[in-house]
Amino acid sequence: MQEAEAQSPYDMAVVRGFALSALVWGTVGMLVGLLAAIQLAWPEWNVGPYLHFGRIRPVHTNAVIFGFTLGVVFAGSYYGIQRLCRVRMFSDTLSRINLWGWNAIIVAAAVSLLSGYSTSKEYAELEWPIDLALAVVWIVYAVNVFGTIARRRERALYAAIWFWIATVLTIAMLHVVNSAAWPVSWMKSYSAYAGIYDANIQWWYGHNAVGFLLTTPILGLMYYFLPRQAGRPIFSHRLSILHFWSLIFIYIWAGPHHLIYSPLPDWAQTFGAAFSIMLIFPSWGGMLNGLLTLRGAWHKVRTDPILKMFAVGLTFYGMSTFEGPMMALRTVNSLSHFTNWTIGHVHSGALGWVGLTCFGTLYYMIPRLWHTELYSRRLADVHFWLATLGIVLYITPMWVSGVTQGLMWRAANPDGSLTYTFIETVAAIQVYDAIRVSGGVLYLTGMFVMLYNVWRTVAQGTSEVPEPSRTPPDAELSAVAGGQ
Amino acid sequence: MAFDWHRPLESDSLRLTLWTALAIAIGGIVLLIPPFFMQGTAEPLPGMRPYSALEQEGRDLYLSEGCSTCHSQQIRPLKSETDRYGGYSLAGESVYDRPFLFGSRRTGPDLARVGGKYPDSWHWIHFDDPRRIEPRSNMPDFAFMARRPLDLSLTSRRLEVLKFLGHPYSELEIENAVADAEAQMAAVAASIRKDGLTLDETAARSETIALIAYLQRLGKMTEER
Ligand code: HEC
Ligand code: HEM
Ligand code: HEM
Repeated sequence: MQEAEAQSPYDMAVVRGFALSALVWGTVGMLVGLLAAIQLAWPEWNVGPYLHFGRIRPVHTNAVIFGFTLGVVFAGSYYGIQRLCRVRMFSDTLSRINLWGWNAIIVAAAVSLLSGYSTSKEYAELEWPIDLALAVVWIVYAVNVFGTIARRRERALYAAIWFWIATVLTIAMLHVVNSAAWPVSWMKSYSAYAGIYDANIQWWYGHNAVGFLLTTPILGLMYYFLPRQAGRPIFSHRLSILHFWSLIFIYIWAGPHHLIYSPLPDWAQTFGAAFSIMLIFPSWGGMLNGLLTLRGAWHKVRTDPILKMFAVGLTFYGMSTFEGPMMALRTVNSLSHFTNWTIGHVHSGALGWVGLTCFGTLYYMIPRLWHTELYSRRLADVHFWLATLGIVLYITPMWVSGVTQGLMWRAANPDGSLTYTFIETVAAIQVYDAIRVSGGVLYLTGMFVMLYNVWRTVAQGTSEVPEPSRTPPDAELSAVAGGQ
Repeated sequence: MAFDWHRPLESDSLRLTLWTALAIAIGGIVLLIPPFFMQGTAEPLPGMRPYSALEQEGRDLYLSEGCSTCHSQQIRPLKSETDRYGGYSLAGESVYDRPFLFGSRRTGPDLARVGGKYPDSWHWIHFDDPRRIEPRSNMPDFAFMARRPLDLSLTSRRLEVLKFLGHPYSELEIENAVADAEAQMAAVAASIRKDGLTLDETAARSETIALIAYLQRLGKMTEER
């Protein structure tokens, strides 16, 4: 298979570009996340106007979601779509605009957020000119993807492509509706919606940003790269069909679980909670389809760091999609909402599912993109263990801290008065914030190990390929499509 | 085979795309559109007025500095919350909030009803160094804001846009926005000085003053200032 790819007629330059930029933004974003974690434990680390927690936190979320995660998604989808369609991307120019435009947007995001230009709507903090640019670049990506699909030489569209199509459509819809605003000046605008309407639309956006930035495109990566790395077809085509349609249909309804006990009308809150519970099934459908693809290949998983990343990533996916629905129950949410429990949930998904799957994808692609072998499998293994240990040291203290603070907030004396002042509940979780920092350090160390490994791999490889003449069938595609 | 019905979708990208679009549209249509047409989803409370020019400036600074990353503004109808923070939040209270600021994380306490809880001078000291008031606080200090003069160049434009979006400002209020903000700023500075703190000229016209004016309004939407 590697020989076939060595004479690839596909545009791999854009894939290389996004793979490297994702590594850069991942490192920056997680360094900033670590700084934020340190600031919560030790506030003296807040400095001046530009580097205090309030401005740092959105830089963290934007860099890791839009710079790192989406960078890997662009790279992986450009890699996979060309092979699955057996044709070069529709337009090299659009690919270049996508690569450079997107990275310029991330730079603009970081600079503007640090300078205090923020709408404060989570994951939609960017001001209107950057939002417009983002919409344009997203449309460029969409045209490129649909153009390629239209020209494809393979009749059947494989499951990975369904998930990427759903991502392209949904993010366009969410972004345009939620970012609607009226400008006051070049870098200031007011939301088109106010109060409870704004809240409703923002969390329709916010929850589905989780669904269609941190879930569907990552499932696309899983569907494309896991079977290839394992050398086995996906477990069940029917399960792919069932869980794809139910996942994208149900996800959209669950947003109001972020607004439980808020002034949002009760019927909407009930929809949100009910669809959140239903969401377990399609989510676990995806997890099982991935894990069962590995049946009969578990001996490989034991020795192959890439498969380990996919397998443990899927396990965290299963965990956070079980935890999420529980947190959407009113009784649980009354305790977990506003606490570090949410932060623990977020990072079991973000570090476990998204992070590990993205790492696995990069380790799969990078040697192939530079026509060489990975410099060191051992180091990839070290990365896997550092990341896994880091996740445990991150999310465990967050759960304990969340439950502790949630219980302290509601604790009452026999006479009915509140037991604890607010600051006592802040002091009680300081130790967990400190432990979380050590988890972040481990996870980030893994990231640096990866950077080194990639650097050595790229140094020993080459991006030059003789221009070949035909598009080879994707070596394992026939096997994959044959799976039931 | 039972799944033959799906075959056409897998080979016809247009059909696949259209069905996907339908699947993702339905939930949004049902959840987002009806509230706009349902009576009483959010009516302003009787006697409620929009933010004054200075309060709106303060609110916009609250967004810039990311105060909402640590502070919620949404009191839930649970006894432990209403005991700690006051009456639970009503939909009508946020009709002039663009954007809404419910928040998702309470690293610091809820601020929905912090208005009037402390004198202006308390906030002044607290922003200068939270640990002078509460040694165990992990809130960043915002001393730099006290050295930044409030920029009033967009003040009337802000109210103009908000009026365009439906907030009930009069033409006169928009015209006099800057003078109005200056006057409220002087009042806040005077109340801080009255408590024995010294403010130089920059401090008395600083961003911190606008932020304090905004905070003192929270939970007091129906009261005259
Ligand atoms: C890192 C999180 C963090 C950020 C960012 C933050 N705060 Fe705080 N804030 C806290 C904590 C913790 C407390 C409780 C301890 C104290 O009083 O300092 C607090 C307390 C307060 C209080 C007193 C509330 C009460 O009822 O006693 C006010 C008012 C306040 N903050 C306003 C702000 C404003 C305005 C901003 C933005 C400029 C801001 N905070 C940014 C964490 C934060
Ligand atoms: C070294 C690794 C990381 C560290 C140390 C870290 C740390 C943090 C910290 C301290 C916060 C703020 C928590 C709070 O407000 O209480 C946060 C929030 C967040 N992080 Fe990370 N993070 C890391 C990696 C990631 C990655 C890889 C992703 C996504 C792919 C991610 C996504 C998020 C999101 C979405 C939030 C906001 C959560 C919310 O609003 O509830 N983080 N992170
Ligand atoms: C079945 C699937 C899931 C359900 C039903 C679900 C449900 C929830 C609930 C109830 C909350 C808490 C809302 C609150 O109290 O404020 C939440 C927060 C969050 N979840 Fe999930 N979750 C799911 C899967 C995931 C996955 C896989 C990720 C991937 C990273 C994720 C990322 C997040 C983020 C980022 C937040 C914080 C949002 C914020 O407050 O800023 N979730 N989720």
